Amino acid sequence: MQKSLSRSIGMALYIVFLFVPIYWLLNMSFKTNTDILSSLSFLPPHPTLDNYRKIFIDPDWHASFANSISYVLINTVLSVGVALPAAYAFSRYRFIGDKHLFFWLLSNLMAPPAIYAMPFFNLYSAAGLFDSIWAVALAHCLFNVPLAVWILEGFISGIPREIDETAMIDGYSFPRFFVRIFLPLIANGIGVAAFFCFMFSWVEQLLATTLTTVDAKPIAGMMSRAYSAAGLDWGLLSAAGVLTMIPGAIVIWFVRNHIAKGFALGRV
Amino acid sequence: MNELKISDNRAWFFVVPVLCFVLFSSLLPMMTVVNYSFQDTMGQNNFFWNGVGWFQNLLDPTTEVGQRFQGALVRNLAFSFLVLTVEIPLGIAVSLCIPKRGWTVGATLVIIALPLLIPYNVVGVIWQLFTRTDIGLLGTALRGLNIPFDTRQDAASAWFTIVVMDVWHWTSMVALLCYAGLKAIPDAYYQAARIDGAGRWAVFANIEFPKLRKVLVIAMLLRFMGSFMIYTEPFVLTGGGPGESTSFLSIDLVKTALGQVDLGNGAAMSLVYNLITLTVCWIFFTYTTHIDQRKGS
Repeated sequence: MQKSLSRSIGMALYIVFLFVPIYWLLNMSFKTNTDILSSLSFLPPHPTLDNYRKIFIDPDWHASFANSISYVLINTVLSVGVALPAAYAFSRYRFIGDKHLFFWLLSNLMAPPAIYAMPFFNLYSAAGLFDSIWAVALAHCLFNVPLAVWILEGFISGIPREIDETAMIDGYSFPRFFVRIFLPLIANGIGVAAFFCFMFSWVEQLLATTLTTVDAKPIAGMMSRAYSAAGLDWGLLSAAGVLTMIPGAIVIWFVRNHIAKGFALGRV
Repeated sequence: MNELKISDNRAWFFVVPVLCFVLFSSLLPMMTVVNYSFQDTMGQNNFFWNGVGWFQNLLDPTTEVGQRFQGALVRNLAFSFLVLTVEIPLGIAVSLCIPKRGWTVGATLVIIALPLLIPYNVVGVIWQLFTRTDIGLLGTALRGLNIPFDTRQDAASAWFTIVVMDVWHWTSMVALLCYAGLKAIPDAYYQAARIDGAGRWAVFANIEFPKLRKVLVIAMLLRFMGSFMIYTEPFVLTGGGPGESTSFLSIDLVKTALGQVDLGNGAAMSLVYNLITLTVCWIFFTYTTHIDQRKGS
């Protein structure tokens, strides 16, 4: 019993460490700027929803939220879509250059986005995609496609290949087998891969802000609006911060049972 | 990858879509970078051959660019080292504290995964609000204890904040990975240990830690890469300052390539930077596959 008590205390301390800074953000989002700057208080002395109101009535903020969500969704669908057949190939077949190709894919996962900022800027300008949600959605494929391949390969390898063979013997064509039998079997893996693509695309900022200016401005770009000549609008910045945390929190709630598995990238 | 695979080169067709995407989003841009790194320009799309001049700049500590690059590289390595030495042991400790069964398991996992889903610039904003000496809880508390603290004036404070921020942000990932690793240990091991009368420490040292080794390599790899490419959080928090004390490679690179439109130096920097990450990635990769083969798993 003592063991589990010290364990709970350790966990509680860590959770407090995680939540104090978030609490401070929440606290400030309900304060007016005068209250923020005048004194330090643990609860807003004059609680206000003005900061949130500013965001909710401003069409620019709506547009940036919509932009962010659109490119994240497009990217997730694209990444998982192209990664599925590749992961199947890596998991089931040996072919010329497979190991090198796999490593090369993974190496893209490790490439710092800063390296790509300049060439992407040129490439997407030349392709006429600059300042569109497609530019960001495609740019994020750089690290999300390899990640999806890696995760899915792990999940697919966990499924015995006898299933593939039985289906073939039963007269299934390959596409029909893949869609009707195989996809449902790895539904969990697809969910986890989609979750990771969603998460990495949602939190990435450097490429998203480099590739957009006006029309496709993501939420991160909008947040710079809180920095003005008159100084920082702390309340607005905090409220926007709180709102950007919500999609992640919702998604994580739905995939909570698969999180740990996905973090192990299906390989433990 | 198991050994029961069929040799069939037609499997390449399955890989074609991925190749198209990755060629477009990785190889094409990389070729532009390589181009720039060997050329100089007078503007207006006039490029001429410059040989290895830009690379020489980077290696030469007497040039301004070389000095900045080498400074940033040293800072980045120091940062990665600091962050790994804190996050890995702490992550293991946290993973051991995650409840074993009941409804609290799911709740705990969701709660500790939350920082991972916060956009990077919001992470920077959170820590800026938290550590400011005029309006932040931590900043004013440290001031109240008479500890000199100011992320905008004092390099040590800025570093302290950035390291704590990164620990706050990413320890959960290490913990979740380790938790997944711990879950994979069969109960029989623990029962055998109980029969032998092994204490908590003996169980950890002889059963849990060896079983976690593989996960830990993945965790260290991901954390090394993550900390080595850090950009947005320190940029929002301190803008790379005070002075250049928190200008990491990414920040320096974006400043050079996009800020000053210094294409040659920026491209050379990109390539050297990429080469370093690739080398480390390759070492880790061969090391993990080596463990796999030795263990026969």
